[in-house]
This record gives sequence, C-alpha cells and structure tokens, in this order.
Amino acid sequence: MPAYTLRIRRFDPQSGEAPHWDEHTVEMPETQSVLDAILKVRDEVDGSVGIRCSCQQAICGSCGVRMNGKPGLACNTHLGEAAERGHGVGWNPPEEGQVAPVIAVEPMGNMPVIRDLIVDMDAVHWKKIRRVTPWLVNQQPVPEREYIVPHENMVDVTQTMACIQCGACVSDCLAMEVDPLFVGPAALAKAYRFVGDPRDAQHRERLQDLAEDEHGIYDCTHCFNCIDACPKGVDPMSQIMRLRRRAGSDYEIEDRNNGYRHEHAFVNNIRRNGLLHEADLLPDSYGGKFNPRAVPELIGALPTAMTALRRGKMTPKTALGHPHKAPAEVKRIFEKVEGRSGRVELNLYVTGYEDEPEATGGGQRETATAAEPNAQGRPESVGAGERQPAAESLDADAVASETGTTEGETR
Amino acid sequence: MPNQDVLIIGAGLAGQRAALAAAQAGATVGIISKVHPVRSHSVAAAGGINAALNPEDTWESHAFDTVKGSDYLGDQDAIEVMCREAPGEILWLEHAGVTFHRNETGHLGTRAFGGASAARTYYVADITGHAILHVLYEQLMKHSTQVDSYEEWFTTDLLQDDDGRCIGAICRNLRDGHLEVFNAKAVILATGGCGQAYKPTTNGLIVTGDGIAQAYRIGAKLMDMEMVQYHPTTLAGNGLLITEGARGEGAWLLNAEGDRFMERYAPNKLELASRDVVSRAEQTEINEGHGFPDGTVALDITKVPRRRTLEALREIVNIGRDFAGVDITREPIHIRPGQHYIMGGVKTDVDGQTTIPGLYAAGEVACVSVHGGNRLGANSLLDTLIFGRRSGEHSAARAIQTSMPATPATRVADAERYIAAIINRDGGGRRVAAIKHELGETMNQYAAVFRDAEGLATAHEIIRRLKEEAPRATVDDRGSVFNQDVIGAIELGYMLDCAEAIVIAAEERKESRGAQFRTDFPKRNDDVWLKHIDVTVNGADVPEVSYSPVTITKWEPQERTY
Repeated sequence: MPAYTLRIRRFDPQSGEAPHWDEHTVEMPETQSVLDAILKVRDEVDGSVGIRCSCQQAICGSCGVRMNGKPGLACNTHLGEAAERGHGVGWNPPEEGQVAPVIAVEPMGNMPVIRDLIVDMDAVHWKKIRRVTPWLVNQQPVPEREYIVPHENMVDVTQTMACIQCGACVSDCLAMEVDPLFVGPAALAKAYRFVGDPRDAQHRERLQDLAEDEHGIYDCTHCFNCIDACPKGVDPMSQIMRLRRRAGSDYEIEDRNNGYRHEHAFVNNIRRNGLLHEADLLPDSYGGKFNPRAVPELIGALPTAMTALRRGKMTPKTALGHPHKAPAEVKRIFEKVEGRSGRVELNLYVTGYEDEPEATGGGQRETATAAEPNAQGRPESVGAGERQPAAESLDADAVASETGTTEGETR
Repeated sequence: MPNQDVLIIGAGLAGQRAALAAAQAGATVGIISKVHPVRSHSVAAAGGINAALNPEDTWESHAFDTVKGSDYLGDQDAIEVMCREAPGEILWLEHAGVTFHRNETGHLGTRAFGGASAARTYYVADITGHAILHVLYEQLMKHSTQVDSYEEWFTTDLLQDDDGRCIGAICRNLRDGHLEVFNAKAVILATGGCGQAYKPTTNGLIVTGDGIAQAYRIGAKLMDMEMVQYHPTTLAGNGLLITEGARGEGAWLLNAEGDRFMERYAPNKLELASRDVVSRAEQTEINEGHGFPDGTVALDITKVPRRRTLEALREIVNIGRDFAGVDITREPIHIRPGQHYIMGGVKTDVDGQTTIPGLYAAGEVACVSVHGGNRLGANSLLDTLIFGRRSGEHSAARAIQTSMPATPATRVADAERYIAAIINRDGGGRRVAAIKHELGETMNQYAAVFRDAEGLATAHEIIRRLKEEAPRATVDDRGSVFNQDVIGAIELGYMLDCAEAIVIAAEERKESRGAQFRTDFPKRNDDVWLKHIDVTVNGADVPEVSYSPVTITKWEPQERTY
C-alpha cells in the first residue's frame, strides 16, 4: 500500500504561535481521499486537527481546502491525484531517504483562517452571496400552480444551482486577491441562477446593479482559476461571461465602469484590424480619440504608453497608424457569428453529451411509460401559460438555439 | 442571552421550513445549527419528493402506497395529513424558486420511485435535497430580519422548568467555545437521524442522533426505534448512496450470475418494490452465495439511456467515478444494502408536539409516525417539509399565548463544568473514534436487515460496555476555538443512547414487519404486534418499553406483496 507524507497546515489562535506544518505518514490506497487521510490522523493520532467535513461525497461543501496548491474538496480528491500535483505552497520534494510523496493541505485562500483548515466563510463568501439579492423575486402574478418554464431553462439554471458553496472558487480568485471587494465567482454564479431563471422579475435590475458596481461583473479578469477549482462543474467564470452578455447585448446596459463600451471596442477593433490594435482600444472604449470622455483617460494612460514606447512594444507608427487590416477569414467569422438568429453559448452542462444511438434494453421503455401520464395528463388551461412575461420567451428562444447549435464533449 | 418565541435546533429542511413558517405566523425565531445550514444532511437527499399533484393522481393513492409501504405500522391520520398537504408544499417550493425538472410542455415533470403506484416524484436531477435546501436558505437570507440564524452553534442541553416544560436550550458557540442560554417559549428539534451509530452508513458525519438523545434524556418518548432502513443501493466500501432515482429511471438489479433476481421477490414492481423488500432480496442473494466476492450485487444503470443518465443522474455519475472508479453509464456498479434512515424517533403528533410540553420535533428526528415500518423513497423530504411547517405554525400560535420563561444562571455553570470535565480528561481511555467504530460495526452486524434474539442481545451487551467506556474516551484538544474533539465525545454519547433504544425495541418486537426482519419470528403478527413500541428512560439510564396503538382510518392491514 502506498505511503504519503501528509503535511497539514496548523494554526491555533489561542496558542500565540505562528501557523506551522504538521507532518504525518499515512499508508492508504491512492484512491482513498485526502479527507480519509486527514480523518485517519484525527481519529488515530491527533484529535485536535480542525477541518469541517460531513457528507464525504462532495455534496455538503464543507471540506474545501488547498491540496498541493490547488483548491478543491478534500473528500473527492484522491491521494494519488493530489500527490501528483506537487509544487504547491508547502510542497517540497521528498528528501533523501524519504520515499512518500508529499501532500500539503492548507486552508483556502482569500478568507481569514479561524483555526487549522477552517476559514471564516461568513466574512467573505457568504457576505458576497448576500450582496447579490440571493433569492427569487417572483414574476407577478404568481400562478396558482407552477410557473411554466422550458425544460432547457431549468437545466440551464440547475448548473448554477449545483453550486455547493464550498468556496473553492473564491479561494483562488485572482481578481479578488487584487480587489477584495470583487463580488467574486461564487456570488456572481448565484446571480446568474436568478438572471437565467424565467420566474425572476428583476433580470434588468440585477444586471444593472452588477454592471454598475465597480467590483461587479466587469471586474473578472478571465483567469479561469474558478473553473479549474470548481468541484461541481458550475463554471463560475462562464456564468460571469453570460451575465455580461445579457447585460450588454440583451439589455444594452451602458455601465459607468465602461465594461460595455470596452467589450464593443474590443470586438470592433478586431473586426477592423484582424489583430488587436492596442493603441486604439483605450480611446475607442471611451468613444474615440476625440471624445471628451477619452481625453482624461488618454492622459492617464500616457505613462503606460511611454513605457511601451521605451521598451519597443509600441512605435509611433503603430500607435498612430493602422498596421493591420482584417483578412477575409476574419470577416467571414464575423459574418457567420452575427448571422445567427440566437446567441450561441457553449453551456456544456446542457449540451455536453456526445450523440449516440439509444442502445438500451427494456428498462428505458418502462420509464417512458411511467412518466407519460404526467406529460400528457395536464390540461392546457392549467398553469401560467397565458401570463408568461415577454422576457421569458426571449430566454427560451436563446436557450433553445444554444442547445440546438452547439457541440461539446462530456466534461 | 437571546430570547425567542420559537427556537429551532437544526437547520436542514425541517428546521428551515419550521423557521420560515413560524416567522410567517408572526413569531420571533431563532435557528441554531452545529454546521452552516447548507451543510445539513438534507443536502444529500437525491431522488425527489412525492406528491399527488398531477390531476390524474389522488392523495388517497399516495396515502395508501405509504400505508402499505409502512407495513401497516404508519399512523393513517398522520399519513393522510402528509399526503393531502403534499401538492401545496410542492407548489410553495416551486414558487420559492426550486428548479424542479420540467417536462416538454414546461410543466413539472415526475419520475417513478419505489413502492409507488404512480410516477409522483418531483425532482431536480439527482440533487433534489440540495436544490431545496439551498432555496430554503435563500428564503432564510431573505427573511433575516425575522429569523436569527446561529450557525455553528452546538446544543449541549435542553432546558426544562419545574413543571417539565421545555423552555430553551444551552448552546456552545463553536467559534469561541462560549456557552449561551437561549430562552424560548417553544423549542423545535430538527436535528435529523442517527445514522452514524452504524458503519457504514449513507449519512454524513454530523448525523449523530443529537436531538433524539437529548429529548430521550429529558423524558420524551421515542417510538418505532427498531425500524431502521437499509437502502438497497449503497457502495460496498464507503456506504455512499446511489439514488433510488437510478431504478426509477429504469436500472436493473442483477446478481453475480446475471440473474434479474427481483423477478422472484417482487414480480410486479421488480426493482421498484419498497426498500425493505429490495434490501432483503439483495441480502438473501448475497447470503445464499449469488453475490459477488465483495458481498455485493450489481446495479445496471446502462439500461438507462446515457444522455438521460448524464442529465438526470449526474451526481451518481460523479460518485461512481470518484468513489468507485466506475463509469455507471458504461458498466454495472457493485452495491449492497446499507444503513440509510431511521423511521423511528421522538414521538410526536401531527403538529410536531412531543410528549414534553413546549418541545416539538420534525423531520428524521421525529416519529409521527408516517413511515411506520418502512419509509417509501421520496417521502422523507415531504415529511421534513410538511411537519416542519406544521411545527413552526403550531409552536408560533402557542408562543403567542405564553410568557417568556427564564433560566437560572446556575444551569450555564453546570453546562460549563460538564464541558470542562470532558476537555480536561486525563487520557488513558480508548479513542472516541475507536469506540464509535466498534458501535457502528456492532449495529451493522446485529441490528441490520436480518436480526435475531441472540444477535440483538449481544449488541445490547456491547452497547452497555461502550456506554461505560465512553465517558473516559480520550480527548486531545484542550482549546476552545473550534474544538471538534469535545463535540465528538458528546456526540458519541448521543449515538450510544440511540443505538440502545434501537436494540431494545428490536428485541421487544417479536415479529417481522417492514424493516424489522426477525429470523426467529419471520412472520408479521398483527394480532399481537400491530402497535408501536415506545421507549423512555428514567434518571438512572434504564430504558423502559411501553406501547401505543396504531391509528387506522381507511386501510385495514392486508398481506403485503409487490
């Protein structure tokens, strides 16, 4: 049976001592989880190791930690997998004569540590969740029975509903490291859960709020850390991008953070040049070089421009002229994308299955029969069909075309 | 010293639903949980929630299925209440934002579930409990001005006045270790079951029978404690749950010879017979040598179209991959019956009132009894919500007519001494985990699918010995910030109390009914045992058994076949 050196970050605020690493050697199969190893230490050697945990099946969201530098759930991270990562914080190659690979377990980042592996989620994570009005604001009138909602919409928001609030995405959010006030990946994914839900009455208000907040949707830097970290496939960054698209394209919210105009300037810049022409990007984001709004921004950007000139990243010629012209291929891409009737989004949660023939036995037939009375049994007049708001059909179309036109691999 | 009209202990589905209902009724509410509310074990409920909401379905049909599922031990008045109110509850949840599965017309869609005569299980993929729990927490955040939430507080004592009325609780803030008295006009226990008394179990590490034991210790009656559900499909090694939704979607059970053995045990309902029947069938196959060498049979989910599995059974795809190394969409997975749920608990009426005035219970901690000898799949979420709400409403109404009680300060000092004594133990005893492990294995060996007098007596003997050992168990942690070690030591005592009540009731019931199968009394005996077994304890830790009648309204006991 393989042996591992389990290195646990310890901190006891009552001890007056600085945080330190504790080391234990555990012998366990590589398919056992990091949590199994921690609990073995706690049960057999040292009952004072602090870690939140309960379900041991990646659904309660308690045991978010960093393992060899990567955040995730201790309960569904295999020892073998964690050991292979290496090179995280607290990681050291095995010393001479030491054969067991090291697994360094430390508390999640971006949140204060209370004790050992336990962080203060209230101070950061839950505070941010509460920031996004995290409850449904019902479309009125509330129907007597259920709201009528297209199947695809429900599956779509179920992706963000699958969030277990473990904090792994918050732990390694780079934008939050720089701007602690950033609403952040988990809370913005939660916001999408309502913006994508046709039963919610405040899509525009929510989007406006998060677009206008300088720590809101345009604060994300596309680093993909949250997507890597998420143990449940919620893809927080994708949800943030979808919030942006809805804010910009669907509701045309021109936010004071210039997020909307910046995105448009970016697209038009590529349309024109084929390659990004950075000297134009900034003024275009503020409505063009001669727009009064752009002048202070351009003056503010002068030191950066000087540095770029000095280092040869930019020449007076490239700064003022237009060295590239978009080739025909780029034009064709724009034509194809913009020629589509609905927006294409790669929501792998909805569409990420390979098509395959229905090669199955009789069990499937039985299920279909069992479900049938329900599918057909409800009279058309029952429900909220006639009372659906206009925004809803828009959502439905968008999602229908998303699911219809994308292809993807199972994640 | 917070004062509340209604104090709720436990913040899973029953607790949160009770809090929202009590607040809605105008009461001031406090809700206490030893973990953050969304970590509560309701989060692990997978398959769905039952209701006769479809116009072609009837609550009577749902009620009859439940009565039959209970092997006629369920109280039919309570079952009627639950099934009548189920459709309204589903719609309440839907309006609150639960992302229930929709069919092609955009209406609520259902899946088939065990022991049910219609497809009436409403669901969110296979994360139904999770989806509902998180939506209730959204509502709790919305109503934060009416409901004070005390997250990561551990209840050490229930308080009573001189007349025996429950008047609050003493709780320890895990974050800094300080104790606080919570005065309340009514207390609702919503602390869940006691699955950790078994090993393996599908239940999380926090499910340690706290509320059952706390109520028992202050004299409340426990009922139906012998009725412990073994879920038919749990993973061999770690006991993780594979949802009944898999069989609801069409998965088969096969023994090692590839024989679909349920054809012999339940020719009509096959894999979708009630859980006690399926678990017994599997265990029989395994005992008779038709299982795999690891003591399992196979669940073949490849019978379900792959696309459907990936959409509707997503969680168990992950569980198979992460915890068993099996792609369930491509190959069968080895499963066996494993401890999952306790039908018994603190005896209550249909408004959640226990036998202690001012003390309520709802959810798995309680026994109304709507599940009797065997709970149907997808009836537990319903139970938590219906009786959570009813407890919240009833306790709020009661609180309006009651004055705020006060607790003498000496009680806190007593509780502080009790905790300090645990923290300052001078070692020498066995480790808490070792005692817990022995308890779990004992229960899983002797108080499982098949039981007999000899085994139960052995189990009882072991439990008595562990009860003597537990107060000396080693505690390493001397601190007060998140001292989980001391909590573990207290929880061990709770699990031992629950285990003893289970074993005593199982010894008492000399027949086979629902989840209780006595190999020495293999038949159901309505003449003698169509009654509930109640267990109480006096001050000297000596349990006493008594009986209460089963309420029958419409459905006389019949032979039970599937």
